[in-house]
Amino acid sequence: MSTITIAAPTNSDAVKAPPLRPQNRQFAILAILVLVAIPLPLILPAAQGAVAVRILIFLLMAVGWNIMSGFGGMFSFGHAAYFGLGAYTSAYLLVKHNVSPWIGMLAGMAVAAAVAVVIGYFSFRYKLQGAYFALATFAFAEMLRLIVTSSAFANKSVGYSVPLIQGSSLWQIQFPADSPAYFWVALFLAGAAVAISIGFLHSRAGRYVTAIRDDELAAASLGAPVLRHKLMTVALSAAITAVAGAFYTQYYLFVNPDLGFGSAISIQAIVPVVIGGIGTVWGPVVGAIIIGSLTDVTATLLRTPPGFLGFLQGRSGLDVVLYAVLVILIVRLLPKGIVGTLAARWRR
Amino acid sequence: MTELDTGAPVVPETAPPDRKAKVDQGFLRRAGIVAAILVVAVVVALLQSGSGLVVWQSVVTGILTGGLYGLIAMGLTLIFGVLDIVNFAHGAFLAVAMFLSFGMVQATGLHPYLTLVVAVPVLFLLGAAVHRGLLSGAGGRSLENQLLITLGLSLLLENGLQMFFGAEPKTITLPGDFQFSLLGAVVAGSRLYAFLGAVVLGGLLFWLLRRTRLGTAIRAVAANAPGAALVGINVRRMHTLTFAIGTACAGAAAVLAGPLVTVTPTLGDQFNITAFVVVVLGGMGNVAGALVGGLLIGLVEQLTTIYLGGQSSLLGVFVVFVLVLFLRPQGLFGRRA
Repeated sequence: MSTITIAAPTNSDAVKAPPLRPQNRQFAILAILVLVAIPLPLILPAAQGAVAVRILIFLLMAVGWNIMSGFGGMFSFGHAAYFGLGAYTSAYLLVKHNVSPWIGMLAGMAVAAAVAVVIGYFSFRYKLQGAYFALATFAFAEMLRLIVTSSAFANKSVGYSVPLIQGSSLWQIQFPADSPAYFWVALFLAGAAVAISIGFLHSRAGRYVTAIRDDELAAASLGAPVLRHKLMTVALSAAITAVAGAFYTQYYLFVNPDLGFGSAISIQAIVPVVIGGIGTVWGPVVGAIIIGSLTDVTATLLRTPPGFLGFLQGRSGLDVVLYAVLVILIVRLLPKGIVGTLAARWRR
Repeated sequence: MTELDTGAPVVPETAPPDRKAKVDQGFLRRAGIVAAILVVAVVVALLQSGSGLVVWQSVVTGILTGGLYGLIAMGLTLIFGVLDIVNFAHGAFLAVAMFLSFGMVQATGLHPYLTLVVAVPVLFLLGAAVHRGLLSGAGGRSLENQLLITLGLSLLLENGLQMFFGAEPKTITLPGDFQFSLLGAVVAGSRLYAFLGAVVLGGLLFWLLRRTRLGTAIRAVAANAPGAALVGINVRRMHTLTFAIGTACAGAAAVLAGPLVTVTPTLGDQFNITAFVVVVLGGMGNVAGALVGGLLIGLVEQLTTIYLGGQSSLLGVFVVFVLVLFLRPQGLFGRRA
């Protein structure tokens, strides 16, 4: 081909396409996954369809958490704050001002990102790290929960119910209960979130962020604008988590302080990522699928337990026990999570 | 006053004398500021409620409840200071011990306080097992892993309790409980006992850390683990022992607090939050600081209730928490590392 090359390439080399860059490979995998997922609600029975939507909500939360805590290394124990802000902002705009949930979602993202930047700024300004940072994020989420619970503006502990409309409308994100449209909307949102997380990881900002995570002092001494990139990461993470909150409210038609800001929500954002692999692109996806299916399996198990587990009938808590055990086992045995461990094997 | 200041086992004792004097001065100044803020808070509460009796009752309740918080936080602060583990399972350990106490009282009709004899050793063993099995070794070393393991453990214990005991609240009644009036404020005997228990346990822990060989070894490990290993201390055993002692404290706290609360599987969560605040306030690893921090948080909680009404008592606690985290992460009474 080119006559300038000294060692002329062999024919096969010349024909072979250049290897895909990692982000393009990941985008391709994502596209295939989304295409495979699109017909799912038409095939699955209705009950499984609901599980699929829940998995996508877990996925959104997990992707959001992973950007801040996995890529950015800032372990957040308060992502319920952003989930709740997304849920409440969109619910408030819809209920009080009849604004479309799509716009409410955008507003929620903006509010969550702004709050995250404020919290982040103070945390970084006062150099909170590790356990102290985790405790501070937790405290902020709990403060928001208490404020919402006691302010009449947000209907106190009652929360908001989404007003029902006649028929279905994509603009209002409201469809008949078993409609596959919910799944498609959630799939669109989750797919976009994963795409953004891939794009972010491989962008210039993403490279800065992972460098800062790995060695903040070294990155800073080489001139990386540490504070700006940390705040950017925190804002992006909060915005994606807020989308999960807004969609959650729209799907379950209801939100209250505990469902929006409770510490259980923060845990639900963390657990899938830990199981899948913190700081990997596919960890949140794999983790969300596992956790989502697992909660369904345990729910079925509790409704109709086999004979030897008869005493469990109607007892709540088994699902959480199972995923607590799963978390402990994964952390002990596969500290990098499922995807992280597999990737390490692959490379070797 | 100096007794309090030397309560931190993480602080080496070889500070030169002039520096020590300076630190004491700073300590006195901070204590003065805290006291002044408290006085202002009480005066504002007086103006807000307009009734001296209400405020006096709040102060008394706050101090007594605060002793309880200090009691719960002591184990946590020990674990935090020596092992650097943020133990999210501390509240769940508390709940386990409370159900243990409840179960024994139900089954045998024992006096609730007698269940100490069982709850403390059982929790000690549980703590040792958890540390050996889950937290020590490679998988449990990094910060995130410790957070996640203790978080998972707390979910596991709480929901395990819920599966076997159900979620409906239970009460432990103290036979022969009484009430008396302290200058107009009503005080329950069980609350007073819990407070005294906290003081006694704090004293015991302080004595253990300061006056025994074991305590010296624990402090040595906290200050410099490789150095301690060089002089022949088994660091891993000390870590396990410390974790077990901290968990045993949760056991003792649970038995003393049992008659004061409604026992539910998740009650540990709330105490956990408060205990973390107390630990940060008092300084990591500072047992005496935990007791003082507990008293302060008890007061803050009661006064917030006067300001904002019943539901938001924790809000004041969190505000204090965030302020302390930002401004003095080494604790109100700790020294800068």
